[in-house]
Amino acid sequence: MDAHHEHAHEGVNYDGIVGPALALGFAVFIFAISFGVLCVNAGGSVPKAMAMSLLVFTGASQFSAVSVIAAGGTAVSAVVGALLLGSRNAIYGVAVAPWLPGSLKYRVAAAQFTIDETTGMTLVQNSPARKKRAFWVTAASIYGFWNVGTLIGALVGNSFDTQKYGLDVAFPAAFVAMVAPLLSTRKAQLAGIGGAVVCLATTPFVPIGAPIVMSAVVALIALVPTQRKTHKS
Amino acid sequence: MSWTVVLVLSLGAFLLKVFGFVVIGDRKFPPQVEAVIALIPAALLCALIMKDTFTAGHDLQIDARAVGLVVAVLGVWRKVPIWLVIVLACIATGITRAIS
Repeated sequence: MDAHHEHAHEGVNYDGIVGPALALGFAVFIFAISFGVLCVNAGGSVPKAMAMSLLVFTGASQFSAVSVIAAGGTAVSAVVGALLLGSRNAIYGVAVAPWLPGSLKYRVAAAQFTIDETTGMTLVQNSPARKKRAFWVTAASIYGFWNVGTLIGALVGNSFDTQKYGLDVAFPAAFVAMVAPLLSTRKAQLAGIGGAVVCLATTPFVPIGAPIVMSAVVALIALVPTQRKTHKS
Repeated sequence: MSWTVVLVLSLGAFLLKVFGFVVIGDRKFPPQVEAVIALIPAALLCALIMKDTFTAGHDLQIDARAVGLVVAVLGVWRKVPIWLVIVLACIATGITRAIS
């Protein structure tokens, strides 16, 4: 995931884009296979799993929705939780839009591919040409790996007894892998702990799935001023 | 998992992406809004980890899944490749279930 090349040159030099894009693709491939397996086991089907990956195309949201449905949560809590997770893509869109100018059709198409990996790869490049190139190369890699992985997982998923092989733990294991890089700031760590506490504290009392939605409230700690340690941005 | 869930989620996820990329575009979100949205994934993903490890319906419980979670955390901490983290966590839980 952190295979960024340090030596990027000016001009038309696309070194260090395809390699990292493929490396990200492979990581995503593993998540995608897990997603396909878990989705069909949560009452999905191969077409539904594929529709999710082709259309929703934002991994954490897809996992979240399937996880809530698998636990017996309502459709509303599954969708709201997943969309709260997907709201960060709106921020990413603002960040990458200046580097992807074009017609309305072009920008709407680019928006569909604006996710963690494409945004990260775009923003670390050092020239407009490289940024644009990195966005689309990463988009192609992730979209391809994500959908092929989902298909493989969904096709083999029905033959697994997820409980017996411990495959239900693929959910939290995948979430641990997704959240780890986010916990780099004090506030993010507090948000993580807070979200965990809210989930456990509310689970006995509210509808299944609702604790996930409620945990998002913890993000409001972003509004608390940081004391003493001033971060110059 | 109904088709309604799949399609509503597809549309909602797409509209969020278009909202940031096309509608907001070169203007900016207020910094406070951006800061709050940026913290949502950490909170939600940790909540999901708790739900998928320590709950069953409305009950809190510690079972074989906790073993898998410990393995996953150790794996991610030790920078084990993601595919191996997921596989090892599942194996750990599977074995714990088989022998308990």
